[in-house]
Amino acid sequence: MSEPLLQVEDLRVRFSTEDGIVHAVDGISYSVDTGHTVGIVGESGSGKSVSSLTMLGLTRNQGAEIEGRIMFDGRDLVTLPDDELRKIRGNEIAMIFQDPLSSLHPFYKVGSQLTEAIHTHRDVSKSAARDRAVELLDLVGIPDPRRRVDQFPHEFSGGMRQRVMIAMALANEPKLLIADEPTTALDVTVQAQILALLDDLQSRLGMAIIVITHDLGVVAEITDEIAVMYAGRIVERAPTRAIFGAPQHPYTWGLLKSIPRLDTPRDEELVPISGRPPSLIKRPSGCHFHPRCPYVRDAHRKVDPRLEPVPGDEGHAVACLLNPELRNRIWRGLASGETSATLRHLVVEEDHPVRAHAAPRTSEEDPA
Amino acid sequence: MSTSNGTLLEVKDLVKHFPITRGIVFQRQIGAVKAVDGISFDVKRGETLGIVGETGCGKSTTARLLVRLLDRTSGSILFEGEDIGAHKKDNLKGLHREMQMVFQDPYSSLNPRKTVGSIIAEPFAIHGLLKGSGERRKRVQELMDRVGLNPEHYNRYPHEFSGGQRQRIGVARAIALEPKLLVADEPVSALDVSIQAQVLNLLRGLQREMGLTLIFIAHDLSVVRHMCDRVAVMYLGKIVEIAPSDVLYSFPRHPYTGALLAAVPVPNPTGERRRKRELLTGDVPSPANPPQACRFHTRCPKAQELCGQDEPLLGLKGTTSEAACHFPLTESEVRLRLPAALAGAAAGNSRGEVSGQPSSSST
Repeated sequence: MSEPLLQVEDLRVRFSTEDGIVHAVDGISYSVDTGHTVGIVGESGSGKSVSSLTMLGLTRNQGAEIEGRIMFDGRDLVTLPDDELRKIRGNEIAMIFQDPLSSLHPFYKVGSQLTEAIHTHRDVSKSAARDRAVELLDLVGIPDPRRRVDQFPHEFSGGMRQRVMIAMALANEPKLLIADEPTTALDVTVQAQILALLDDLQSRLGMAIIVITHDLGVVAEITDEIAVMYAGRIVERAPTRAIFGAPQHPYTWGLLKSIPRLDTPRDEELVPISGRPPSLIKRPSGCHFHPRCPYVRDAHRKVDPRLEPVPGDEGHAVACLLNPELRNRIWRGLASGETSATLRHLVVEEDHPVRAHAAPRTSEEDPA
Repeated sequence: MSTSNGTLLEVKDLVKHFPITRGIVFQRQIGAVKAVDGISFDVKRGETLGIVGETGCGKSTTARLLVRLLDRTSGSILFEGEDIGAHKKDNLKGLHREMQMVFQDPYSSLNPRKTVGSIIAEPFAIHGLLKGSGERRKRVQELMDRVGLNPEHYNRYPHEFSGGQRQRIGVARAIALEPKLLVADEPVSALDVSIQAQVLNLLRGLQREMGLTLIFIAHDLSVVRHMCDRVAVMYLGKIVEIAPSDVLYSFPRHPYTGALLAAVPVPNPTGERRRKRELLTGDVPSPANPPQACRFHTRCPKAQELCGQDEPLLGLKGTTSEAACHFPLTESEVRLRLPAALAGAAAGNSRGEVSGQPSSSST
């Protein structure tokens, strides 16, 4: 096996603020191979964006303390000097941001923003860069690119702007494309177009893609592997099929069961995850998910779970203190429509109640 | 489903045009954004009507017209038989005891300088109800408890609450006067995934207990399906299809509804992955200058010459769904376009009558 294109090892990112230290990313490891798509799923504040911004050195000036390694093509992006990193950013690794309106400069024509990306990394003539810009717009499916290249961002619709962003990211044929919530600001029909475009581009250009999103539906269709993040950590990592077919972490169950879906009966009750995401300054003790977990035991409040392989399921890792058999039984129950309130008995029965906890309230916890 | 058959709200040919003007001193109108352009529907007591559509289709404008935050250009809104569109501005108090609204953004819809207690008590103050402060406080705390907030947080300010909790405050304020109709405009789209379900369940629970009639507006088709008895699909200021949820989602008749459904990503990688779907091309045209006749004909995969000449009217296609289309989708087309998973769910969920004739009678 050759080295993966990108290997993140025990990455930690902390920010000092007036209120205390924010542990935005707390020891995550994953790798991405050329030609593969990895999805990073999490809610706001789970550290999913910070981890990829760090990859491009974009957290360096924010006073972040960064530990760990990010090996990209034989170089460590954490320790790489700024000027070296600048040669990689936008060239070998490119990024697409969530909001295509604020990511494009309103004063400059789309064409000049595209050629800027080319000139930054390539020594080419103006006309060659312009030709390349037209070619790129054509590549991402913008009709009439020769005319559109001289237009301003406000003359493009939301979906078209996102296509321009993608064109810009592809300008230098990156080996790795990071898409941070690429479709969140878009309507469903446009979202479907953009996802199809990303999928198509990958099969033609063969790059690696990291898709960061909060929407499991989006990643189900285009990823090979998914990492679920919670409170700065990866709590579950598995091939896409396994995440949806045999998820292991109670948080992943929660995510899957709390969204209404078109392919389940309409009156199926939603099972919300109680409480709300924790503060990254004062994190819960033990397993960070324990205050919201319906299957919590006393021990879980003290022991911090590590991401460990799931026995009998290659490539699947989970950070959960419940034993694997019990997890499988609970998921089977959930999948057949039982609720966490009834399944909680499985946990209580198993370790003979020290203290049986009342089923958690469905409402959120107290603020602050 | 509706408990009694009475119609609570009846909307007829509702139109809202926002003028586009030019000039500073002598303003003249050079056009209009046709945000809502002649829509009609009715809402039965106790029912949930969903309105879906993409950005700019006029769904939020519709919500604001219904609760009179905007004035209609023409058409009528009959609430319990009375045309509320004709009410004078200073005569809306009574109306707002009957209908309330929950807004999308829980951050900007609560006054940051007021305590939660006084935000929720404001409807009582406006309407001069529960004058004794102890009485009012007790009622507010009951409401807080009802929506899942800790009543002890009566004196806290909105910034001390998370997004989901703020949305609960908004809901508590909206149900304070026990309105008959609640209009919820994208109530969960600003919330995190794990919090959305909490608010959706809250709304459903309240509706069941209080017998509320709910108009639920969202762009997320899965959420709307989960919440609503009937769904209206809007495109460029028009309703293109309206049908019971089960029917709409298993057998959409309008090609736009079909396209919307096909575009929803389904979190089920087996079978779904890289499925070839028919994607709509292009973007929604400008509502200031919508296409002639059928507004969807410029993007419609089934469009024919007729569609650009003659506007189709909303009419019964099949037994229960109404669609505004000359050439509605046939059963085989639906099967082809929509993911197998969806068809499976429809088969398992036989509450809706999916008895569409394979070929349709276009009017």
